[in-house]
Amino acid sequence: MLEVKGLYKTFNPGSVNEKKALNGIDLTLNEGDFVTVIGGNGAGKSTMLNMIAGVYPVDRGTITIDGVDVTKLSEHKRAKYIGRVFQDPRMGTAADMWLEENLAIANRRGKFRGLNWSISGKERKEFKEMLTSLDLGLENRMTTKVGLLSGGQRQAVTLLMAVMNHPKLLLLDEHTAALDPKTAKNVLALSDKFIEENHLTALMVTHNMRDAIAHGNRLIMMNEGRIILDVSGEEKKNLTVEELLEEFAKLSGSEFANDRALLAN
Amino acid sequence: MPFLNAMPGAITQGIIWGIMAIGVYLTFKILDVADLSVDGSFATGGAVLVSMVTAGENLYLSMFCAFLAGCLAGLATGLFHTKFGIPAILAGILTQLGLYSINLRIQNDMANLPLSYMKYKYPITLRNINQSLVICAVIAVLLIAILYWFFGTERGHSLRVTGSNLEMARANGINTDNNKILGIVLSNGIVAFSGGLLAQYQGFCDVNMGRGAIVIGLAAVIIGEVIFGKIFHNFALRLLATIIGGVVYYVVITLVLNFGMKANDLKLFTALVVGFFLGIPYWKNQISQKFSRKTYSDKEEVIENA
Repeated sequence: MLEVKGLYKTFNPGSVNEKKALNGIDLTLNEGDFVTVIGGNGAGKSTMLNMIAGVYPVDRGTITIDGVDVTKLSEHKRAKYIGRVFQDPRMGTAADMWLEENLAIANRRGKFRGLNWSISGKERKEFKEMLTSLDLGLENRMTTKVGLLSGGQRQAVTLLMAVMNHPKLLLLDEHTAALDPKTAKNVLALSDKFIEENHLTALMVTHNMRDAIAHGNRLIMMNEGRIILDVSGEEKKNLTVEELLEEFAKLSGSEFANDRALLAN
Repeated sequence: MPFLNAMPGAITQGIIWGIMAIGVYLTFKILDVADLSVDGSFATGGAVLVSMVTAGENLYLSMFCAFLAGCLAGLATGLFHTKFGIPAILAGILTQLGLYSINLRIQNDMANLPLSYMKYKYPITLRNINQSLVICAVIAVLLIAILYWFFGTERGHSLRVTGSNLEMARANGINTDNNKILGIVLSNGIVAFSGGLLAQYQGFCDVNMGRGAIVIGLAAVIIGEVIFGKIFHNFALRLLATIIGGVVYYVVITLVLNFGMKANDLKLFTALVVGFFLGIPYWKNQISQKFSRKTYSDKEEVIENA
């Protein structure tokens, strides 16, 4: 479903701020793979997701989604294949637009936007059903500005928007990091449910090792812009946080340094 | 009562500038871009209208061409901003500066051109203020109706998202560059159209007639918001509030002139008033931050049973 080959990215090349963010990433995701991504500070986790989403142009390498080479496609053209949820709950929704307007925008991802009415009556009904399934009482707040919702609610809505038209690939970039623990747990459970129900292929960056082990069918660990560990199946299920930390020390020759991960575990 | 006698004229001018302010509203409020090209494109509209009508062209065709000329000016700004990566304010200033030369060329190197009412008998004129008032009001209502329809369409929606959240717009497949260009084009088209209206009303066009247009536009937008912000939530009503804002502005101007303010001091007066009102949201924010240090996500409704 997703094929990343020899991906390199250096920010601010030739300056004192030069940062080699990705150093040859090779990654293939099969259809239905739900891969969790962990790694230390500056390992390149978010950069990898942003490169796949087309936020920055690549230095070298190719990205193929479902057989289509998207390496040179701009971010908005790639959006047709990709659903995204960001770390900042404010980033995934338009705060000063209504809830139903936000959903309608997501519902047209990858389609031409012409002079048809922006929301049809049929869509309103569908949106209502979808919101009812979130069980947050949002189905009665369709004409509330999204900016008035809580961070957790906004993140749940963004998740719904990301999956509603069955993207080929779902990118979750630390999407629970800004939420309180209880809300984070609920949003994570919701992500599991959506991915399973829609048979989505997903990449989820997380700073929480426990979550990385508990969710998905495959886990990759990154360090200095490379993938240093890739486990799946039974082997992944039986992992423990201690093993992961040990493995990291062995493979990278250094301590696992992620401020948030250390606090979370 | 010279003041009351001046009212219909002030209201008519207010509506014309209010229409201009709707153009400013599109960029400043919807796209979240401060576009200064309007100072130039307003005069472009007047120049195109007067030079075409005096060359014997049909008035309505001339108004349409004034609109198109404004669109072209907006296209220049839009391209400067998106394709050259120039900050919007600077892109607008560049266009505005360039338009000064273009406007002079349209006006055949004259600083101003008269539009003889006796010869061309156009409908919006100082000689028949009541009639002009009604026609301008009808034009304003029609414009609001068209924009209300447009911003209810898929394309209009995507323009609103572009102004509201760029990242989210792109993540949802919206070409934000194209939308910004489209918005700035539309805005300057409307501004030039109102420049054409003013040229008719006053019976001439002047290469300096747009000086300070952006500030007057902002004044109208802000006055409309201050007065009606709490009660007008519908988009059409918000546009109407902008028109009324323009009218209030001109009524106040007429009032202070009646109280003896020198006409030359008007621009200073306007700049100070607009600066003050633009500062209000900032001060409000500062005050509320002093009283509560709250972050956006925690403590609010926690998701249950997700």
